[in-house]
Amino acid sequence: MPGTPLLEVGRLVHMTPWGFVMEVSVTVNGEVRTVDVEPRTLLAHFLRDELGLTGTNIGCDTSSCGACTVLVDGRSAKSCTMLAVQVDGADVTTIEGLAGKDGLHPMQEAFHECHALQCGYCTPGMVMAAVSLVDEYSDLDADGVREGLEGNLCRCTGYQNIVKAVLAASE
Amino acid sequence: MTVTDTPFAGGVVGEARLRKEDPALLTGEAKFIDDLELPGALWVACVRSPHAHARINGIDTSDALAVDGVIAVYTGTDLADTWAAPLPCAWPVTDDMKNPDHFPVAQGKANYAGDIVAVVVATSRYAAADGLEGVVVDYEPLDAVVSVEDAESDRVVIHEDLGTNVSYEWPLIPDPEGVDAAFEAATHHVTETYVHQRLIPAPMEPRGVAVVPAPHNGDMTLYSSTQIPHVLKVMAALTLGVPEQKLRVIAPSVGGGFGCKLNVYAEEILCMALAQRHGVPVRWTESRTEAAGSTIQGRAQRQTIELASDADGKLTAVRATLLADMGAYLQLVAPGVPLLGAFLYHGLYDVPFYSFTCKSVFTNLTPTDAYRGAGRPEATYAIERAMDALAVAVGVGTDEIRSRNFIPTEKFPYDSPAGLVFDSGDYQPALDRAKELIGWDTRMAEQAERRAAGSTTHLGLGISTYVEMCGLAPSRVLASLNYAAGGWESATVRILPTCKIQVVTGASPHGQGHETCWSMIVADRLGVDPDDVEVLHSDTAISPLGMDTYGSRSLSVGGTAIWMATEKVVEKAATIAAHMLEANPEDLELTGGVFSVKGSPEAEVPLAGVAFAAFTAHDLPDGVEPNLEAQVTWDPPNFTFPFGAHIALVEIDEATGAVDLVDYAACDDCGNQINPMIVEGQLHGGIVQGIAQALWEEAIYDEDGQCRSANLADYLVPSAAECIDMKLDHTVTPSPTNPMGVKGIGEAGTIASTAAVMNAVVDALRPLGVTEMAMPASPMAVRRAIEAAGGGAS
Amino acid sequence: MIPAAVGYVRADSTEEAVAALREHGDEAKLLAGGQSLIPLMRLRLARPGLLVDMGRADDLRGISVDGDTVSIGALTSHSDLEHSAELAEVCPLLAHVASQIGDPAVRHRGTLGGSLVHADPASDLPAAVLALGGTLVATGPDGSREIEVSDFFTGFLESALAADEVLIAVRIPISTGGWSYQKFNRRAQDWAIVGVAVAESGAGVSLVNMGSTPLRASAVEAAVAGGAGVSDAASVAADGTEPPSDNNADASYREHLARVLTERALVDAGA
Repeated sequence: MPGTPLLEVGRLVHMTPWGFVMEVSVTVNGEVRTVDVEPRTLLAHFLRDELGLTGTNIGCDTSSCGACTVLVDGRSAKSCTMLAVQVDGADVTTIEGLAGKDGLHPMQEAFHECHALQCGYCTPGMVMAAVSLVDEYSDLDADGVREGLEGNLCRCTGYQNIVKAVLAASE
Repeated sequence: MTVTDTPFAGGVVGEARLRKEDPALLTGEAKFIDDLELPGALWVACVRSPHAHARINGIDTSDALAVDGVIAVYTGTDLADTWAAPLPCAWPVTDDMKNPDHFPVAQGKANYAGDIVAVVVATSRYAAADGLEGVVVDYEPLDAVVSVEDAESDRVVIHEDLGTNVSYEWPLIPDPEGVDAAFEAATHHVTETYVHQRLIPAPMEPRGVAVVPAPHNGDMTLYSSTQIPHVLKVMAALTLGVPEQKLRVIAPSVGGGFGCKLNVYAEEILCMALAQRHGVPVRWTESRTEAAGSTIQGRAQRQTIELASDADGKLTAVRATLLADMGAYLQLVAPGVPLLGAFLYHGLYDVPFYSFTCKSVFTNLTPTDAYRGAGRPEATYAIERAMDALAVAVGVGTDEIRSRNFIPTEKFPYDSPAGLVFDSGDYQPALDRAKELIGWDTRMAEQAERRAAGSTTHLGLGISTYVEMCGLAPSRVLASLNYAAGGWESATVRILPTCKIQVVTGASPHGQGHETCWSMIVADRLGVDPDDVEVLHSDTAISPLGMDTYGSRSLSVGGTAIWMATEKVVEKAATIAAHMLEANPEDLELTGGVFSVKGSPEAEVPLAGVAFAAFTAHDLPDGVEPNLEAQVTWDPPNFTFPFGAHIALVEIDEATGAVDLVDYAACDDCGNQINPMIVEGQLHGGIVQGIAQALWEEAIYDEDGQCRSANLADYLVPSAAECIDMKLDHTVTPSPTNPMGVKGIGEAGTIASTAAVMNAVVDALRPLGVTEMAMPASPMAVRRAIEAAGGGAS
Repeated sequence: MIPAAVGYVRADSTEEAVAALREHGDEAKLLAGGQSLIPLMRLRLARPGLLVDMGRADDLRGISVDGDTVSIGALTSHSDLEHSAELAEVCPLLAHVASQIGDPAVRHRGTLGGSLVHADPASDLPAAVLALGGTLVATGPDGSREIEVSDFFTGFLESALAADEVLIAVRIPISTGGWSYQKFNRRAQDWAIVGVAVAESGAGVSLVNMGSTPLRASAVEAAVAGGAGVSDAASVAADGTEPPSDNNADASYREHLARVLTERALVDAGA
């Protein structure tokens, strides 16, 4: 959205009838995307509404449920607790970027094999959190997986098969 | 019937087949309500009363209208002429039930914190959120009624025109004199009072609505994150006064429901009205915090249960008295929820005399309605907690008291004292197996050792056995309970020209895995690959007939309809195959996807050949219509009655009061299983949901009726870190109610587990003098109970 | 829920941040990892006029040891603290406490400085730093100054930092003596209902969520220093505190927990 330059500290900021907007340039799933956003835009809404990547879900207002988990520079982050402007210049991976041409990511495959999802709403966030967890912590056991996923709530599975899947994928 | 009398063809049924639903859900491809792309859609945000009870003296919308992007703001008065009828309650359980008018936007008075008082329409979700802050409402707060006892007293009458807060009283006492006599003659008379705290269902996907109008031809498509697109279509048409044939309802991918999406909500009707008014798509997505005041809550009742028994602990009568909280208004099936438990307060015990009475009242709190198990968890909790109290009174083990009272296997079908016929059951083996899984004797010994050693970490073992009634429901039984609809289900099975299969069901899955299971049922019979079977659902234009998904009905009712439609289409295919083979249809059998003549295996035609012949219609037998398609509507003759035994082991830290769940075992029986992997998954989730009521979850309201646990930071849905691996097994006692011998498993875990955990908690604390514990058994509550009993290392 | 409109500038260095704070005054709010601020903004409980985003000020990230002192940049993430082999060596309490915060996603974004400046009495890190002692380094228009940790937390969500100052580093003494962190909550992801941090076998003891600020348990420290046994020392853990009441605990239960957890922490720390 074009507008009149208002002030300049670090980056160009514009004023529109909607307030400030700022250009954000971010690599999402390997592709550079450049979009003007209001600074208050949550990363989750940016991904969903601006980029059409609706696989990242929103399940709460308090950073509690983890349904919105994505990878920012390779590490899990709750995209409802980040502003889009914070990822300017960063590398973001969403659930849409996980499966390759050859099929599902091993973590997705393990969730499928272990029946680790039911309604599937928490699943994208849970899978992203699990991918990050397995990358961050070596020698995970069941307790480690349970604690590592403490910030991702699932209402359907009772977690038993999720733990099984993450352990399977971590091997 | 034994396991070997399988009604299945020996194909895929019974396999732990992976779900066909998964790939879309695992990759973000699935579309939930908020994922829908609706160009030009207006966003709705609801101004909700912050007060539980307040007169609305005026609403100033001018600041909101000045917000960029806000295009309209409506109050209840502005929309008063929009509604053809109040929001529906489909279950007037008594003829004189009091049911206050409930409109999508309140007028004059707000009756709970969350009641919609105005609505903002804006061009984006952000603008709609900004608009909310600009609506200034002049409230005059009134005294709020927040407890059922206060409600019953009529100190403050919430709906003045009704004259009372009591909505209805519903008794079920087949033989009052018999009950009284049994209690007079009883050696043991146990009286227990339990409170089921309010629960927030909290499916991970909040609700959402989107409505796409076609202003010129009058069509309207309502998308909703709902369990009940079919029921919603009828109710929405009536409530808004739009022609039903012009209304299409679609439930996209639905991220869990647990009963809270089994409703007709204000926002659904409101978005329809606004789409009609503005002539463009209109959408609303619930926020999690908003949900505490916009989506129904569950449980919320006080129970008194009395048991009469002889000296050996053999039950002679059960009397249950309920005081149930309906919240501020009656939602779709709320009055009927206690009734779904009304028949089960004697549990799976053979009891001659039975008495149940429920009084339901209005409070200034969020309306309640069905939540996973709806009535049966409450009933199971009462009888199973009370059985432990009886065991103590009689001086026998908690396992033994149950074994002494189980309905004997030879009594099935069992005429229950409440007037039901329990279809099939064999209870003792389930308890034996659960005890084996948990290592009952070892654990009991460990508990005794710790007690003897004076340990301050106390072990507790708790049993909960259960029987439930599910597979809702025989329409005639529903009629006798004054329910305003039937309980049938519809299915169509269509064999396409290329021998691929389409199944259309009126059930509306939202995470259970029905597509996988239903395709297995059809594939098993037709001898095709389940991947060649597509299950279509949740769109009233594709599946016009249906009663949707709740009450663990989708297999025993919906699946049975599919089974029967499959049989029907096979019958038609056999007629055509017989014509092709110049044989009699009754001499044909369909095995592995091929019709052959019994006794002459060389005379055969594949189903694919029949399908194509039915499509070309070049040479069909006289009177046979082209194409292979059959539709069946099945109305079950009875409920089904799954059962099982669950055992929890907890450890309690005396100093802090912390309850640690150490082990959990269950043996369940849902009759024949289509896909054991999915059965286990349903149990895992169900058990945890029930445990969560025992240990963590509670919709906490203060004395002003404000919810203090509205978001997921304060409402303690457990995470993986709080849960443990459960040990599950099953027995198989097929149901005679339907041809597949299936029961239901969606709610069983939740029905059973709460009482098991609470019995374990009380068992652990009993040596300290604690005899009762309210839910949830939070560390502070447990510590307080220990202190009150005079015990407790500090 | 959605934050109110807000302005935004990026400050990739301390100087830029200080300049932005000076220019915009009370309207401006520093954004580090955002793990406390953004949830408050979503609920519209916080509505700053301007965010000054220091998230990329990489000069404020890192852990270094110089003699007896560990210096940690304010923007060092909880995750970096948790995984630092060096920190585990010279100050295991801090590394461990960092691993107990929230969940991994929160730890990836949340920062030590953000947590300290937010000054939430229910947070883990402020209490840990209190138990360890040391100084906090702040930079403002007039240059840098050091603030004693014990002087830093001045009220509920309030610190000794001036409106135009930026916290740039934390300096704590190396601490390899007996330590413990007892965090009590109902769900792993939740704030502590009560927490107790013990450093140097009881020389430093602090309490989480026992008042309007993170608290030193001075009476316990004095008792330990005076040679009291752990039970006696722990029995004064709640003395002088005014703990809050909420859904999970009332004040008297918190006081009880403080005593129980302090005893366990002291035992665990070998006091």
